[in-house]
Amino acid sequence: MAHSAFKNSAVKDSALEKRPAGKATAAGPAGGGPRGRTARRRRLVDSVTIAAFLSPAMLLFALLVLVPILYALYTSLFKWGGFGAPENFVGLENFRTLFKDEVFLGDLWRGFVLIALSVGIQLPFALSMAVLLNQKLRGRAFYRLLFFAPYVLSEVITGVLFTMIFAPDSGLADHALDLVGLGDLGITWFADSSTVLVTLFLVMTWKYFGFHMILYMAGLQSIPRDVLEAAAIDGASAWQRFRHVTLPLLGPTIRISVFLSIIGAIQLFDLVWVITAGGPVHASETMAITMFQFGFKRYQVGYASAISVVMFLICFVFALVYQRYVLRRDLEGAVTSMRGRR
Amino acid sequence: MTLSPPRRPPRHRADRPGGRPAGRLTGRTAARVRGLSMHALIWIVGALIVVPLLYGLLSGFKSTSELSTNPFGLPEDWVPENYTGLLGSGSFWRQIFNSTFIAAATALVTVAVSALAAYVFARFAFRGRELVFTFFTIGLMFPFAVAVLPLFLMLRALDLLDNPLGVILPQAAFGLPMTIIILRGFFRTIPGELEEAAIIDGCSAFGFFWRILLPMARPALATVSVLAIVTSWNNFFLPLLVFTEPDWWTIPVGVQQFKGQYAEDTARILAYVVLAMAPALAFYSVAERQLIGGLTAGATKG
Repeated sequence: MAHSAFKNSAVKDSALEKRPAGKATAAGPAGGGPRGRTARRRRLVDSVTIAAFLSPAMLLFALLVLVPILYALYTSLFKWGGFGAPENFVGLENFRTLFKDEVFLGDLWRGFVLIALSVGIQLPFALSMAVLLNQKLRGRAFYRLLFFAPYVLSEVITGVLFTMIFAPDSGLADHALDLVGLGDLGITWFADSSTVLVTLFLVMTWKYFGFHMILYMAGLQSIPRDVLEAAAIDGASAWQRFRHVTLPLLGPTIRISVFLSIIGAIQLFDLVWVITAGGPVHASETMAITMFQFGFKRYQVGYASAISVVMFLICFVFALVYQRYVLRRDLEGAVTSMRGRR
Repeated sequence: MTLSPPRRPPRHRADRPGGRPAGRLTGRTAARVRGLSMHALIWIVGALIVVPLLYGLLSGFKSTSELSTNPFGLPEDWVPENYTGLLGSGSFWRQIFNSTFIAAATALVTVAVSALAAYVFARFAFRGRELVFTFFTIGLMFPFAVAVLPLFLMLRALDLLDNPLGVILPQAAFGLPMTIIILRGFFRTIPGELEEAAIIDGCSAFGFFWRILLPMARPALATVSVLAIVTSWNNFFLPLLVFTEPDWWTIPVGVQQFKGQYAEDTARILAYVVLAMAPALAFYSVAERQLIGGLTAGATKG
């Protein structure tokens, strides 16, 4: 989702020149001479309109999105329990402690593992399902509806459901393993620190692959059919057509979906909190969970703010770098527009 | 929507001199085998999605003791009490009401405020426009989790805890960037001549916005409303922090609390989960087009 922002701000100028906003053209010809006063009046009215229409959004956004982030930046410099005014100024000490804290460093590592699994397994899987469903296939619309359905469920509901399914011994998953004769493996899913992350990833895939799939399907829809036909006539095999035509043309969509997947992994909270609350022994803890623990359970709000700030910086730097080096080339001629469907 | 597969051309190709003739004779069978394996794969994935949901649904009709011995099959004796008990409880309906109310209010605020801003971004040329627009798009980079702690502190200072506004307004604020981007994209597609004509006929800017632009933008408004509703309905982090009183708990918070309260009674918890997901799935089946359209549009264009 984030990506559209970048794309838009880059297309803006040309769009502005080609199709000036209606008001500008209306006021334009009236530029000087006897009608100068009308023009000036209109410009004044325009300014008032602009200010009046924009201010609710700016107010809401500044107050509830930007100010909190600045506030976190401020409180991260204090050793503060969260009550009264923050007064025990400690400078960057919270950050220093943070980067020595094994749990937090573990959060970073686990985040990295989840991202690697998502990008390496979940997204390719979503892509292959998208390619499959892009064929002429009976019941295609139904499958799309079905595969996307988990995305609509809240993470809490998903989490509780899978807590039951992966419950050791009594859950559905263990019974299923028994059934195929793998019951002796004794996998304890969420209860074991060596399997918890992978099990969590399975649940994440269950819930999110449908979202990436519909993104890819939208991308596939917009690949012109003649390009593929031309490749086929030139003797390209199905795999070659996929590898050398579909995949490159799908590039922009893939890059966005990777972006969203990474941002999603960085902020992961609900699912983990409901299923394991970060356990066993921090084995599934994420940055957001650590932040929550310190901020709302242990009342070390200054320290928790420092975690918020680091999360923010990671997202921010990542978004900038990603935009600069990865999304940039998508700005022209991206075959991802949904305009045709509107 | 329907894109016929690029499988036709190869058949011509086989007749052409210099084309690859190999394997064309068996093409039909090969296609059938391929189709079959494709279907098999899709069915497996479909089963992996349906089975957990079905498991929840059926388990809700079992007693917890039966659930541990008979996890797969139909219930030996159907126990509807899990469901009926919940449906008869006031707290479940209270949570449904809270979630609905908060989702509707969030959608209303988000869309109203965004539409005004998107109109300005789409139809007015003024200095600093792109700067202000970028200011909003920055919001897309912040996950909610980043701001939730300071947000909580602020809401506490403003005495907005245990107040639905404490959830509605932040949700609306975080929904603005996406909504503005989608609406701006849509407003731009409406021809400028229309606005000029309206202005010449003496229509004010707000008059044009209210009487012409908004009615024309109904599909886009539906899309962004659906997005806002689903996001709000599923939000957990903020309601968890803001609502300490059960009176305002939304469905996700309620489910989580219920799980803690009845930890041993698996069947009952699953019944709760199923009832809690029913409205979302029902809404999805009605608004699927808007939701999918909105998500893809939000992600891939502006």
